Amino acid sequence: MVSPHCHFDVLVLGGGPAGMVSAITASQNGLRVGLIDEQSEAGGQIWRAPWASSPQGYESPEARDGNKMRDRLALSSVTCLFGRRIWSVTDRYRVDLLGADGVETFQAPHLIVALGAHERVIPFPGWTLPGVMGLAAATIMLKAHGLAPPKDWVLAGVGPLLAAVAAGYARKGHPPKAIIDLSGPSDWFAALPSLASRPGLFKQGVGWVLSIVSSRIPIYFRHAIRRAEGQDRISACLIGPVDADGKSIDGPEVGIACDAMMVGNGLVPGGEVPRLLGADQVYRHELGGWIPECDPFGRTSLEHLYAIGDGAGIRGGAVACIAGKLAGLAAAHDAGRIDAGAFAHQSAQALAEHRKLSAFSDAMAHMIRLRPAQVASIEADAVICRCEDVTRQDLVAAARAGARDVNQLKHFTRCGMGPCQGRMCGDVAAEILAQEHRLDRQAVGYWTARPPLRPISLQSMLGRVDYADIPIPKPAPL
Amino acid sequence: MSTMHDLIVIGGGINGATTALFAARGGMDVAVIDRGPLCREASGVNAGTLTMQMTRVALIPYALRAHHMWATAREWLGHDVGVVVCDGLSLAFTEQEAELLAFRAGKRREAGAPITLITGQQALQIEPGLSDKALLAGHCRVDGYANAYLTGLAFRTALLDAGVTLTENNPATDILQTSSGFEVVTKQGPLRAKRVVIAGGVWIEEMMGWLGIDLPIKTLVNQLAVTERIPTAMRTVVGIANGLLSLKQYPHGTVVIGGGWQGSGSREGGTCSLLPERLVGNIRLACHAVPALKDARLARAWTGFEAETRDALPAVGPVPGIHNAYVIGSIHSGYTSGPYLAKLLADQILGREPDLPLFPIDRLLKPEPLAQG
Repeated sequence: MVSPHCHFDVLVLGGGPAGMVSAITASQNGLRVGLIDEQSEAGGQIWRAPWASSPQGYESPEARDGNKMRDRLALSSVTCLFGRRIWSVTDRYRVDLLGADGVETFQAPHLIVALGAHERVIPFPGWTLPGVMGLAAATIMLKAHGLAPPKDWVLAGVGPLLAAVAAGYARKGHPPKAIIDLSGPSDWFAALPSLASRPGLFKQGVGWVLSIVSSRIPIYFRHAIRRAEGQDRISACLIGPVDADGKSIDGPEVGIACDAMMVGNGLVPGGEVPRLLGADQVYRHELGGWIPECDPFGRTSLEHLYAIGDGAGIRGGAVACIAGKLAGLAAAHDAGRIDAGAFAHQSAQALAEHRKLSAFSDAMAHMIRLRPAQVASIEADAVICRCEDVTRQDLVAAARAGARDVNQLKHFTRCGMGPCQGRMCGDVAAEILAQEHRLDRQAVGYWTARPPLRPISLQSMLGRVDYADIPIPKPAPL
Repeated sequence: MSTMHDLIVIGGGINGATTALFAARGGMDVAVIDRGPLCREASGVNAGTLTMQMTRVALIPYALRAHHMWATAREWLGHDVGVVVCDGLSLAFTEQEAELLAFRAGKRREAGAPITLITGQQALQIEPGLSDKALLAGHCRVDGYANAYLTGLAFRTALLDAGVTLTENNPATDILQTSSGFEVVTKQGPLRAKRVVIAGGVWIEEMMGWLGIDLPIKTLVNQLAVTERIPTAMRTVVGIANGLLSLKQYPHGTVVIGGGWQGSGSREGGTCSLLPERLVGNIRLACHAVPALKDARLARAWTGFEAETRDALPAVGPVPGIHNAYVIGSIHSGYTSGPYLAKLLADQILGREPDLPLFPIDRLLKPEPLAQG
């Protein structure tokens, strides 16, 4: 075996806001830090850096904040290990990566996990057609690549990302043909007071609304996609009204011809690494689902394992920055680099800021929460697990055949066994199972995390090897 | 007071569930308890290989009969468990391996396994996906695989149809011997029966301790991996001479890579973890045998426990000195032979003469310590 690189005190997984700030903070306090990310530059999704070859830069407050933090990172002593895919995390704490030069192994006594979230799409028949894409994916297309969608595209889903994507593309001259918002104006008004606590974001929000209004984009409030249609790709969609809980209700359905659809119903915390390591988990509906149990500094139930950012509960970029600072300080303190007094002093301000931001982050998380009634409205023939083509009725049949927890459901149906490892379907499949048995989400559990965290090619794992070099253990008894 | 069952089976994996199924069909009132859902430990997470070429010589007669049971699972189990019967190839890439293969294949053939030795070129004609580097291959027409994760659903349905009382997610914590039989202490309360079968996989050592019997069981932590769905790369079960590779492509296109490479962990902790360098080693071996796998992506890897006795042969039979208590487990390469051995045990419990002898555990128990002085 190749011996691991052990010259770091702490490894930080994920170069988004939480990861960057924690890495910088830990290094400022005397720790040797390695920051790992799959992308070639830090920023995560919210501060995603534009590709050098993309047509034009995307100007936004996030882009400016991202550049500022990337500059701070460059001036710090953090070692950036970018362009590497994390595929295995084991022990205390060994991280196996796949980079341009093949498999690499790093080991450090402290691990900060800041791997963000993945998007939630509430399935409808036709959501797997080419031309239908996730809302978060749409923002990557916008921020990193500056790509324009086809002419007739519709935008659907829920939450602030809906407004951000609509405004972003409207300003670039590609407004959506229609916005289908699960929320109603009253939901947005209810969030206003908390928005007012963040003047900068309030201004940005007003800007989005103005862009949308001036583009005269039709908005269907309290509506959801009933289905997408098309032969080889989406050519139309049918929308219908929903109630305040997201449940489909009787009312006029509207057909809209379109070449593309961007749809997203919030975010699910990406908690696979703490789960893989066996950290205690808790289900928190308002924070997006299953998250590792953490103290205010991000300390999990496992010693020297910290979980921060949206992967530890959906709270957005601003909270993630503060969480990064707190975890960076906690790691420095736990490693003996700063004493209790300095730790208390330095973290006091961040804890206060954290409290100040919570009204806003709670309101946003509430807007993008999973609506159980919307899941209950999913049609029987809608595909839930797109990797393995498992429909709602397949899941219901498995529940009736006796599957009571999600891992059993996976065995009965293959739901979640595909390359996405259940990231796309997990939240919805668990909700369907819980509803079928009238159990709460705690009772049906979460899927066991398995390596690789993302698929990796077998070829890339091989290295240069001769058959004689493969270590083969002693043969089994005859 | 709870019902007096004829039989309680502790552990609802392949061994326990099959014993319970045949006992119930033989007319007994049977209860099965499991600490989790059925077939979610070794029985649900193993590679599903049904092969003679990795089976202990002493087990070949059992494995051949068990293979037939797997192949006809629809008939006796009533549910599909994804069994595919196909050719199996065991490869030798070096002179040393060829020698090992020839010796081992010979011994297995003597025991009744229809294994023939063929050249690497002949193997290539049977399996065009193979590497051209094999010197020699063991070829066996009695091979194949089941889909391990389907067994839970299949046995659950079959047991309920047979009238078995099934309690999942209900760990047993003790067995008390009473005047009329046994009382099994469980999380959900006591269960009573005239007879008891201990079928708790790697945990039978602890369960035997409840009866005052010291049966040491070694725990193996087997690593497994599966690729994404890929175009057809192979149609046979492929292994290597020393038994440390098992490779097959399921009809839906995924390739399962196994062979017993060891991860870390313990049954006490209940958790186990993959050792990444061993996963890499296993994958190197797989790609050496079937080069087209290099183009696949690894979708998932996991570990599962396997139980082994001191002599790596099964523990199947009555518990010495305790009337009406039985044990079944540690069946080496047990997935292939498990259902048949369980059926034999059910026959014994039902008072019928088993067609082949069981593997009583007397041989594995420490002799009584000699009186001092």
